[in-house]
Amino acid sequence: MDHAAFILGSWIGTAVAVIAYAAWVLRRGRALSKHASTEEKPWT
Amino acid sequence: MTPNSGTGTSATRRLGVLVIVLVISLALFGLQFSAEDVVQGSTVRIMYVHVPSIWTAYIAFFLTAVCSGVYLSRRQRSLAWDRVAGASAEIGVLFVAVSLVTGSLWGRLTWGTYWVWDARLTSTAFLFITYVGYLAVRRLDGTHRQRARRSSVMALLAVLEIPLVHFSVNLWRSLHQDASVADPNAKVKLDGLMLFSLFLGLVTFTLLFVWLVLHRQRTMLLEDSFADRGLDVAIAERRNEAGVQ
Repeated sequence: MDHAAFILGSWIGTAVAVIAYAAWVLRRGRALSKHASTEEKPWT
Repeated sequence: MTPNSGTGTSATRRLGVLVIVLVISLALFGLQFSAEDVVQGSTVRIMYVHVPSIWTAYIAFFLTAVCSGVYLSRRQRSLAWDRVAGASAEIGVLFVAVSLVTGSLWGRLTWGTYWVWDARLTSTAFLFITYVGYLAVRRLDGTHRQRARRSSVMALLAVLEIPLVHFSVNLWRSLHQDASVADPNAKVKLDGLMLFSLFLGLVTFTLLFVWLVLHRQRTMLLEDSFADRGLDVAIAERRNEAGVQ
């Protein structure tokens, strides 16, 4: 594949950005959820 | 369900698994199975993440505007609309950033430069800055309702930029190519598997966006609850200090 560094850089960069954000959201949700009552978590 | 499942439910977990399967399929089709472009060669493979990224950002900002409009129009204003609007805008900013970076890499290969002050690129950068500003406005001091009112008004103004960005290639002379899928008279035609890979990307990124919004707006609900709780404690402490019952 020509220009593999640019192509894979685009794909890997996208994956890293999305995974990092998703991990931050999940970890923050889990940390806050530990101290929340059931009434504060209507989805449970 | 486990005692602390965070912001997840069985539905979000199922959706998450589906997104992972779709992402793997997209990687296979986008990087392996789809053909190279006759003009651009293998660089066209950047399209399968670049176009879905900006598509997702458009959806995100449109949803932000719709939720903001609903929030302002209802007599009984529910902060749930504001939280979905905020979550959606935050994810939209992420995807515009991805689109700008991948577009810049693609531009280096096709135009020989990472950046030009072209109508499409400049308007997209302006869109990014506008929504970073929107997120900054959400962090200003004030009650949740003040936050919701301010940011809703801003969201309804900011969404007007999207048609400007999208049609910038038609309105001004631009290095960026015109629409190649949505326009039936387009000069550029996509091969069947390339078109399939692109649509797979659009579906995958849209479902990923839905999954992220569901989790983020629940996190925001918890953040709001904790902020209220902290405020209640502070008020009670002040009342005790002042000897007020």
